[in-house]
Amino acid sequence: MKNFSEKNYQKLVSQHEKSPWLKNIFWAFTVGGLICVLGEFILTYAKNMGLPKEDAGCVTSMTLIFFSGLFTGLGIFDKLAKHAGAGTIVPITGFANAVVSPAMEFKSEGFILGVGAKMFVVAGPVIVYGVSSSIICGLIYYLVKGGMPL
Amino acid sequence: MNKRIGERTLYFPSRPSVHGFYSVVGEKESQGPLKDWFDLSIGEGHFGEDSWEKAESKLMETAALGAINRAGLTPEQIQCFLGGDLLNQCISANYASRSLQIPFLGLYGACSTMAESLIAGSVFVDGSFGDYALCATSSHFCSAERQFRFPLEYGGQRPPTAQWTVTGSGACVLSSQGNGPSITHATIGKVVDAGITDLNNMGAAMAPAACDTLITFFKDTKTAPKDYDMIFTGDLGEIGKKLLHQLLQDQNFGAVDNLEDCGCLIFDNETQDTHAGGSGCGCSASVLNSYILKKMQKKELKKILFMATGALMSPTISMQGESIPGIAHLIQLEN
Repeated sequence: MKNFSEKNYQKLVSQHEKSPWLKNIFWAFTVGGLICVLGEFILTYAKNMGLPKEDAGCVTSMTLIFFSGLFTGLGIFDKLAKHAGAGTIVPITGFANAVVSPAMEFKSEGFILGVGAKMFVVAGPVIVYGVSSSIICGLIYYLVKGGMPL
Repeated sequence: MNKRIGERTLYFPSRPSVHGFYSVVGEKESQGPLKDWFDLSIGEGHFGEDSWEKAESKLMETAALGAINRAGLTPEQIQCFLGGDLLNQCISANYASRSLQIPFLGLYGACSTMAESLIAGSVFVDGSFGDYALCATSSHFCSAERQFRFPLEYGGQRPPTAQWTVTGSGACVLSSQGNGPSITHATIGKVVDAGITDLNNMGAAMAPAACDTLITFFKDTKTAPKDYDMIFTGDLGEIGKKLLHQLLQDQNFGAVDNLEDCGCLIFDNETQDTHAGGSGCGCSASVLNSYILKKMQKKELKKILFMATGALMSPTISMQGESIPGIAHLIQLEN
């Protein structure tokens, strides 16, 4: 083609790539905030039931993970996440969804090479880099403060 | 006899005609603006099978048998089956042909495969290698999502430029004789890569290839857009269509007002939440083998161009940093 430049074309394409970012931010903030409020509610409830602070935190995470997995299985999570975006992905709910959804998807290839092998296909990087960065942070803390973080 | 015109346009003197055609679509497509034009809706996507891949293969087999039936033929009478789809190793076409038992050539041209199969079929029939050739392609939203993107229930957001893979299949039987709409010319596309890397903007990756094939065809045949009742592109979607208009203007073709895109026709993007429109091999295949060919049979359209567009995208090489090559194949259909 004559008069065709990749650079100009990519500039033209970028004019058509407009995301409704204000709306996305609003919903991410609202839904993400509500999930955190729900977490605080569960935490306070668990503490009031007499659980120690750390156990109450575990109960909160487990409850949110359970509901996230359940709603993924029921086909509701992705419909909410479509609007909420980062609001559902960033809290622990997003992590649960990222594990449950491929487990469901790859069930057709069997429980070992399907569910087992593909379960962490989305969440795998989060685990790898989450654990790696926590080790690095721990090392830095150890070297700077000269002791184990408590 | 030389059957070439200009740089790379093929001319078919025997005018292979569409002897029978059939379209099968999924639930969402059967609720869209073209719902009354399709032959069969499978409803829920499994189509009685236990996996999406098996369902897609059954889609293509059903469309193929439907087209053969409409042509008043049996599979034994078809001398060549040219089919393809989006899945790795072209499994939908391979497994559809397992039961059809027709000599088979598997094709891959991403979403451009319908036009690719029609060109190959026309060459086969026009070259007198057989009386009948079967051309079919398919795609399935669920099998494409899991291969190219994310699991279905994953809670991600799709950008406005993303397109919705059509669940559907279209098939037609080409014959050296017959009164159906005939394929008179074809232009085989070249791969055009404009450096687009966004996997969620296939329209932008394909528009330059569409423009290249289209202007080559006009130059080779010494015709202009106004010489055709309609020009149908495959699955550029809303954004790709706008970009193609812009590119054609840059190439001094002015405003082309008889250009429509199958990906824009098949869904109502506003109410069906399909963002930039439909995509996939099944998009152009199901629209051609229903809406377009039926309109031609009714003589509402007499002379059209059908140009299926493909983004030759692979998640593997895209992750290695490569851009997405586009391709577009064109055929001219005449009553």
